[in-house]
Amino acid sequence: MVTIEKVKEWFLTLSDVYSKNREYLTDLDAAIGDADHGINLDRGFSAVRGEIEKMSSGGTGAESGSGGAGESGYGSSFPEFFRSVSMTLIKTIGGASGALLGTFFLEISRTVKAEKEMDGAKLVSALKAGVEGIKKRGHAQEGDKTMLDTWIPALRAMESEAASGGSVETILAAGLKNAEEGIGSTRSMIARKGRASYLGERSIGHLDPGAVSSYMMIKAAAKTLS
Amino acid sequence: MKKLINSPDSVVKDSLHGMQSAHPDILKIFFDPDFIIRADAPLKGKTAVVSGGGSGHEPMHGGFVGHGMLHGACPGDVFTSPTPDQILAAVKAVDGGAGVLAIVKNYSGDVMNFEMAAELASDEGIKTASVVINDDVAVKDSLYTQGRRGVGATVFAEKICGAASERGYDLKQITDLCQAVNANSRSMGMSLTSCTVPAAGKPTFQIAENEIEIGIGIHGEPGRERIPLKKASEIAGMMMDAITGDLPFKNKDRVILMLNGMGGTPLIELYLLYNEVFKIAASKGIIISRKLVGNYITSLDMQGFSITLLRVNDEMLKLWDDPVLTPALRWGM
Repeated sequence: MVTIEKVKEWFLTLSDVYSKNREYLTDLDAAIGDADHGINLDRGFSAVRGEIEKMSSGGTGAESGSGGAGESGYGSSFPEFFRSVSMTLIKTIGGASGALLGTFFLEISRTVKAEKEMDGAKLVSALKAGVEGIKKRGHAQEGDKTMLDTWIPALRAMESEAASGGSVETILAAGLKNAEEGIGSTRSMIARKGRASYLGERSIGHLDPGAVSSYMMIKAAAKTLS
Repeated sequence: MKKLINSPDSVVKDSLHGMQSAHPDILKIFFDPDFIIRADAPLKGKTAVVSGGGSGHEPMHGGFVGHGMLHGACPGDVFTSPTPDQILAAVKAVDGGAGVLAIVKNYSGDVMNFEMAAELASDEGIKTASVVINDDVAVKDSLYTQGRRGVGATVFAEKICGAASERGYDLKQITDLCQAVNANSRSMGMSLTSCTVPAAGKPTFQIAENEIEIGIGIHGEPGRERIPLKKASEIAGMMMDAITGDLPFKNKDRVILMLNGMGGTPLIELYLLYNEVFKIAASKGIIISRKLVGNYITSLDMQGFSITLLRVNDEMLKLWDDPVLTPALRWGM
């Protein structure tokens, strides 16, 4: 079962992962984009970490909130927590990634319920809403060489594992396996979205940085949410 | 890198403070989140017009805030789109109850952040509409790419829609007008040198002393081709052919023409180029009804220029001639 404490752990782990991979992700982006993906994710998820830590040290988490609704929700229910994450990320990441990840967690916040625990099926439907949000925001599909090339195959595996009654652990493990294959698949694709699309065929041979950072997100989930 | 800055991290904010000190009669600037609004905003009952995008293209967009043009603008970091919370704050500050049109340049980050802001605004009961500007003929339009970039037509759309707001057009009418301006505009740029983003500290791309990039984007994105330097008359000819062939612009079409500097080009060269463009337009029978020559949508310190043509009707010309009072564009008042 997924609890709010485990979700917090997920984001703290993500903050570590993106901080460690800051240069790697930025280098991937330099090849086909504008060389800031790792820097932006590190900044965004460090800000989330800051809010979570402020919360657990007894603050309200709201004092740094500059005009945005939501920061005060850090640490309470699932919907408020994910909405706060979304608001923090859109403010601190910027660019397309900020809007895409912001939308991902905003759609999750609209799907999850204010309850103590989520089972695997509920987790999958929340992630599905998030992925649908990314599709809509980015006007992108599987095969466009984007983060969706990790998320969509991962979601497929998670849905089928959930349908056969899998636990949170087996669901995320199934998703992670497909996500890994998804990353590799972006190498041979031609980018059709974002700045990389201006390169056309010259984008072939490079991994999509968003697909890689999404894989890291699923991997961190498998480690912390089970 | 040699630049007149205090620190690479504070360029945008330091410059915004300067704009506020220079134009307190026209603008009001807010910080964290950063946005610029007309000093007299919100205008009750008037449709508000906002825009925004990465910084580094000055005077676009903040320099076009004022009477008869933009009600608000959101400057992102250099070459980085503004964020939804920032756009939402600007939209709320300028909404006079008649809705807000957002003029968005076609870059994935800008489009997504403005869309998200529109959803958040709608949650708060504010009516919004948006038009995505995509006038750069250098990029092939295709279902499989981000599509054409938004460049010079943005200046025309902001002026004409701002005037329409003063005249009392409603949100639907302004949106339709903005789409018509975009549909009838075409642009292309070129560069002699790269720009240098302050935070990067080095030129965005390498280009040899004797080379030029035809079709350059306003962030230094690659264009159509890299060729040896030619005479100004030949370069102007290549670019005018690409632009006029695209719509296409025909004999007797009336246009507003912008001969725009990329930020590092001396005015003496821009007027020299205007002379070439003027002759080419005449030879094609294209009537230049109005023109702008100067730096309006720049790419930091890049040397180069762009040409934008808007095929106009009487309504657009009338709105173009309406009074405007902004830091960068002013006439009639």
